[in-house]
Amino acid sequence: MGCKITMGVIAEIPMTGNIMSLTKLTTSALAIAAMSATAAAARDQVQVAGSSTVLPYASIVAEAFGENTDFPTPVVESGGSSAGLKRFCEGVGENTIDIANASRAIREKEIKACAENGVTDIIEVRIGYDGIVFASQINGPAYTAFQPSDIFNAIGAKVLVDGKIVDNTYNAWSEFNSDFPNAEIAMFIPGTKHGTREVFEDKVLLKGCEDTGAMQAMMDAGMTEDDAEDACLDVRQDGKSVDIDGDYTETLARIDANTDGIGVFGLAFYENNQDKLKVATMGDVSPSTETIASGEYPVSRPLFFYVKKAHIGVIPGLKEFAQFFVADELAGPSGPLANYGLVSDPELSETQKAVAEERTLGAGS
Amino acid sequence: MSDASLTSGAAPTRAKKSLMAVDVRTRKRNAAEKRFRAYGIAAIVTGMFFLIVLAVSIVRSGLPAFSHTVVSVEFNLTEEQFADAESQLFKTKAYEALLIEEIRSALVARGLDVEFDSDAIARLLGKPGGTLREHYRANEQDLGQPVRFELAAASRVDGYLTGRVTRDTLQDSRFLQGSDLDLIDALVDADIITRAFNWNFIMGADTGVDNPGGAGIGASVIGSFFMMLVVLVLSLPIGVAASIYLEEFAPQNRFTDLIEVNISNLAAVPSIVFGILGLAVFIQFMQLPQSAPLVGGLVLTLMTLPTIIISTRASLKSVPPSIRDAALGVGASKMQAVFHHVLPLAMPGILTGTIIGLAQALGETAPLLLIGMVGFVARGYPDGVMSGFVDPNSAMPAQIYTWAARADASFYEKAWGGIIILLLFLLTMNIIAIILRRKFERRW
Repeated sequence: MGCKITMGVIAEIPMTGNIMSLTKLTTSALAIAAMSATAAAARDQVQVAGSSTVLPYASIVAEAFGENTDFPTPVVESGGSSAGLKRFCEGVGENTIDIANASRAIREKEIKACAENGVTDIIEVRIGYDGIVFASQINGPAYTAFQPSDIFNAIGAKVLVDGKIVDNTYNAWSEFNSDFPNAEIAMFIPGTKHGTREVFEDKVLLKGCEDTGAMQAMMDAGMTEDDAEDACLDVRQDGKSVDIDGDYTETLARIDANTDGIGVFGLAFYENNQDKLKVATMGDVSPSTETIASGEYPVSRPLFFYVKKAHIGVIPGLKEFAQFFVADELAGPSGPLANYGLVSDPELSETQKAVAEERTLGAGS
Repeated sequence: MSDASLTSGAAPTRAKKSLMAVDVRTRKRNAAEKRFRAYGIAAIVTGMFFLIVLAVSIVRSGLPAFSHTVVSVEFNLTEEQFADAESQLFKTKAYEALLIEEIRSALVARGLDVEFDSDAIARLLGKPGGTLREHYRANEQDLGQPVRFELAAASRVDGYLTGRVTRDTLQDSRFLQGSDLDLIDALVDADIITRAFNWNFIMGADTGVDNPGGAGIGASVIGSFFMMLVVLVLSLPIGVAASIYLEEFAPQNRFTDLIEVNISNLAAVPSIVFGILGLAVFIQFMQLPQSAPLVGGLVLTLMTLPTIIISTRASLKSVPPSIRDAALGVGASKMQAVFHHVLPLAMPGILTGTIIGLAQALGETAPLLLIGMVGFVARGYPDGVMSGFVDPNSAMPAQIYTWAARADASFYEKAWGGIIILLLFLLTMNIIAIILRRKFERRW
């Protein structure tokens, strides 16, 4: 019966012939899907996700790894440190990622979440340091030197004025520091999902809060130390400070559109856009690879990636990739990562040893 | 009675005026129509204006991506040098060092009257190591004899030649220094640095952030192609079958009403939701590979199905019932009536709907974020059909998004160039749709 219908169809209208062949195509597509489900059991490339600050470095290493070894080029996704670590901790298996990039150290909470899902052996690899710089439009007002206290006064939710804690109503930089130009306050800071935000809060806002005496005033007013710290990290919500959830390109676009704007960037991003941006000193130190490596520049943080030990030996090239990443030729002072803007780690050889020995978190460190 | 009063009321006014004389109300009506026409034309002009602005800005920003600055050099690699470079960990860097040394001695021999050192040459070159290693590994017979290479220059050198970087705006950095510009000028005069059409942009794959010169969109075009293949092969038959059943065979009851409402709702679901679904179902539950066009295609199929079902049902509805009645009247079964008569007549509409659905799917980035197709997914071309479906690959919109977020300004140019390629891809699909529609169109 079915056959007869088909014949009739073909004889009368050629179009339905296409429909028949589509059915065949569908079957073959489903067959391919089924086959690939089995093919999935043999993932041959390293899968990385996490911090958008580490992404550029990881992509440089991934490309070089593909070019210099016979392993396929690893896949590096972005998404932020927290999102990357969350995916990392989803479990062990080939449909989970092998490496999480992070622009901050893994938290106790995350290690616990990992352990609950069976991810117990984690190798922590520090690849180097990154400086966080404050930059503005190259033709904009002369923002040349910041102290953490200036940034706090500009964007803190509550600031100290004449010995009292009041809501921040400053409109221009010159209102609290006559060294600054009379320009409107407009800061573009990393959003809360970025690891960079944490460093910014710790080393700039909190420091500024302490330096201005606002924190002491809050504690004198009866707040506990923890509450005062939280209050110090509150950023004003009246539009003078804007959270940027995207990446530095978005911050750059905002600065481009706002002459008075000041953005928070990674050192590498700033160095790549020196024709558009000028950088200010922080705490009297100007940011550079040297001042960050020596620890003089106050706002810097280490960059990490985390390797799932259970995947070593299962995913081809995983350990080789981790070792290649921290090799002197790549992450050393004259390697491509430093050339792009990474501040190389003076203790790189220790890291190399740890990777070679597959030393996990909590064991022997 | 009423008739009489009506005529008696209307007749006197009619009698006074000629039809040719324009009265106030007619003038008003005519004016309203004129105004409406003017609004319509204004709307079209505004639309056209924005379209032109968009097209011009895309072409202007994107065209530079299609040409690049190349350094043409003759390179002679001996077998010992080859073996030595291959024995190192960072082999491509070793090739680069040899190349720089060769260029330096060639320039010294030429007697250029500008000062330069090896570092300056290194700053001018992009990252040629990968190209060199690939060439010599594939052509070992070339070892020991001079080979001519055209290698992409560094992105700032490219910017200097296109006007993006000028002597005034250049800040001395490890990427490029003011003194290098003299060397570039000298090399341009010597025809060593030239501009050429950038085939690599169309054919190549993504590169690391420090190598914008080597980046190309080719691999992600292939990725998009395989995704569209999956979407077409799955969503067309499923969508058409579902709509034929719902439209022609299904009984009208609460249950089918519920299905209909849900299909319409699905069409409005934000695409990122399908990405989360895809991650949960295809990758975590079905264990399909991450970052694979197959999974991308499956996710986009879910997204495209409602669009195709809705447009297919609309075009089935638009076939006049007389066609069905005639077929049934001469004794055709319901299925024969549908497949022999209704479906062929509805085909142009179905095809249009399908292509619109595919075009939508082609431009989607959000669902791909969650299944690992956005980021650095640099692969060469797939080895075969199978690997085209399952090997990690990116898609065009994802690639454009990735490039736009990178620090180096020349990736931004590439993002615009990628948009041009994406639009060409869309245009091709639309042309195919128009051709198919013309072919199957029937009038009655």
